[in-house]
Amino acid sequence: MNIDHEYRTDISSGWTRKHILGLQDLTKDELNIILNQAAEFKRLAAIGETKLTPLAGTVVANLFFEPSTRTRISFGLAAKRLSADTVDFTASGSSLSKGESFVDTAKTIEAMGVSYVVVRHKTPGAPQLLAQHLNANILNAGDGTHEHPTQALLDIFTIREHFGKIEGLTVTLVGDILHSRVARSNIWGLKKLGAHVIVCGPTTLMPSELSRLDVEVSHNLDDVIDRTDCLNLLRIQFERQRGHFFPSIREYAHLFGMNKQRISKAKDDVLILAPGPINRGVEITPDVADGPHSVILGQVSNGLIIRMACLYLLHLQRTASLGIPG
Amino acid sequence: MKSILIKNGHIIDPSQNLDVQGNLLIEDGKIKGLCQATTTADEVIDATGLIVSPGLIDIHVSLCEPGFEEDETIESGTAAALAGGVTSLGCLPNTSPVVDDRSSAEFILLQAARAANCNVFPLGAATKNNEGKELAEIGQLVAGQAVGFTDADHPIENAEIMRCALEYTRMFDRPILNRPQVPELTDKGQMHEGFHSTVLGLKGIPAAAEEIMVNRDIALAELTQGRIHLMCISTQNSVSQIRRAKQAGIQVTADVTPHHLTLTDQMLETYDPNYKVLPPLRSQEHIDALIEGLKDGTIDAICSDHTPHASEKKTDEILGADFGIIGLETLLPVCIQSLIIPGHLSWSELISKLTRGPAKILGLSKGTLLPEADADLTLINPEIQYILEPAHLKSSSQNTPFLGKELQGRAEIVIVSGEVRYRAEN
Repeated sequence: MNIDHEYRTDISSGWTRKHILGLQDLTKDELNIILNQAAEFKRLAAIGETKLTPLAGTVVANLFFEPSTRTRISFGLAAKRLSADTVDFTASGSSLSKGESFVDTAKTIEAMGVSYVVVRHKTPGAPQLLAQHLNANILNAGDGTHEHPTQALLDIFTIREHFGKIEGLTVTLVGDILHSRVARSNIWGLKKLGAHVIVCGPTTLMPSELSRLDVEVSHNLDDVIDRTDCLNLLRIQFERQRGHFFPSIREYAHLFGMNKQRISKAKDDVLILAPGPINRGVEITPDVADGPHSVILGQVSNGLIIRMACLYLLHLQRTASLGIPG
Repeated sequence: MKSILIKNGHIIDPSQNLDVQGNLLIEDGKIKGLCQATTTADEVIDATGLIVSPGLIDIHVSLCEPGFEEDETIESGTAAALAGGVTSLGCLPNTSPVVDDRSSAEFILLQAARAANCNVFPLGAATKNNEGKELAEIGQLVAGQAVGFTDADHPIENAEIMRCALEYTRMFDRPILNRPQVPELTDKGQMHEGFHSTVLGLKGIPAAAEEIMVNRDIALAELTQGRIHLMCISTQNSVSQIRRAKQAGIQVTADVTPHHLTLTDQMLETYDPNYKVLPPLRSQEHIDALIEGLKDGTIDAICSDHTPHASEKKTDEILGADFGIIGLETLLPVCIQSLIIPGHLSWSELISKLTRGPAKILGLSKGTLLPEADADLTLINPEIQYILEPAHLKSSSQNTPFLGKELQGRAEIVIVSGEVRYRAEN
């Protein structure tokens, strides 16, 4: 069954971008195209259309140079839902340990007939580097502490799904902003779509000159919680704790953890997001994580359709650039 | 040895406040002096439209030999120096083995003599193996003709060792050259800490990483009465601190690189590893302060900090790329672009920073056109415009962000010890 033709012209019109490297580059219109395309895939899934065929005959390579479980599975499944063949690469035990360069590895895999490359890498800018050296369409699955566009898009999609809009909402990102690619992508996306963004965390985990991104900076969660429509709780990485960024996990949980007492100060319809995997009892207590405000598992489901939308739009650009009729 | 008459050049020699249109005679490898156009000589060079300058001096250059010949050799590095108009250079002891004993300094001199390009002055390690733990054999290195002491790109971290190095080198009237960076604050840093590092997700290196050690080194120079030379100054506060120290009579000198006068941290937006240098490229207010420091004499010299890397060390993802860029062949045009064209410095002032200033720091009898000085000269074409192509480069490496960029000015003819060693190809 090929049902993509019926929604191609309206939802996806205006998409001309070859790569999705980050949300900094995307316009408001482009963000809305992705979100609307994802909504269409979600509608189709709801009526049982879970296996679509637009990418049949193409190959998506998932190149993960950094450990990942959730994102890798989500991308792999998204490609399969669109009927692409997939090849998976993980860095451990690979030729990289023999000294082959990152670009050479990617070029070699591309030469096996790959059209779309999903890349995760510890180095910021690694997807940009591939975009310079490969013919494939590149989709950033997280580059170091730079951007993680599909995670931010699924967060934004989830918020929009709940509130019916983004514009005018106040979204607070809580935690380790300094090392968070999720935070950076969220800030770009949410600001472009008209949200007020608060970043909240210890002073040591805030990058310098953050306020130049037109966000409100806070170091006291209790001061901002009652103004917040949506809290996005970033994961604390325990290895950072040894870096003296804050004195103890216990103190972090005391100052920035989301618990029953804090949520009682929040708006009645406050939405709790967490990019996961969550540290129960640190960023969030189990009762809140599993409580009525939390949409953590909904985010995971939405991640799949966001990634389908991104792959599909890159496919439309590719076929258009090759002059293949839709 | 033959005589050379340089006719009708624009002769600029800051060492004697000379700025005239005229003719210069060279005899037996030495400067003879100004002369009439009718003077006879074995060879006549028409310098119409050219600036006749003392040969340029670059006091910290990595020549990478021995140990890293895949990046550069003494032969290729000195050829690059000549092509950039540099007639004398101080080479860093960041080799393998490190230049921390007499024989290694003499090896550098031997290889430089074999290459017969420009003059090479070895800088010895301040501490054994550049480890910052024990003083190197500084007296032996002086005997091997080392002209200054430095641990190259390793800042001398231990204040007590730095104090001893400054005290010990007083016996030989040689400077300690230090690259001021507090390692704890530069650890894993990739670029200047500021707005752009925030957006790019690259770990920043704060300006304070440099300024703290500048402050320490000045205090130790005052304590010991030793000579401290601060390499690659890059921040506003460093300039202010050095200015105050000089006013207080402390023996401190400083240099800056051309790329820190031209390029900002915003350039890292491309994630091009050729913008990854140490200290990192800073923001415009720091550049403005550096230029002020050059104008008022706080900064004594401009050096390329030539750091060649073979392409495999500089072409992949930015976290894995080494710091540093080559600079000998772009030294002059980038200075013209950042200092002459905007009118910050006169030609005489710029040439002073490229000749007399560095000669004084290392105590070299170079950088002058006074009679009986060594006949090292650079004839500069200040107007020529060109696109920098890989084929232009004599260095073994091509790690420069200026490739493919339009540049203005170059060394047209370079004379070392009274001998024409380089002519630019048209």
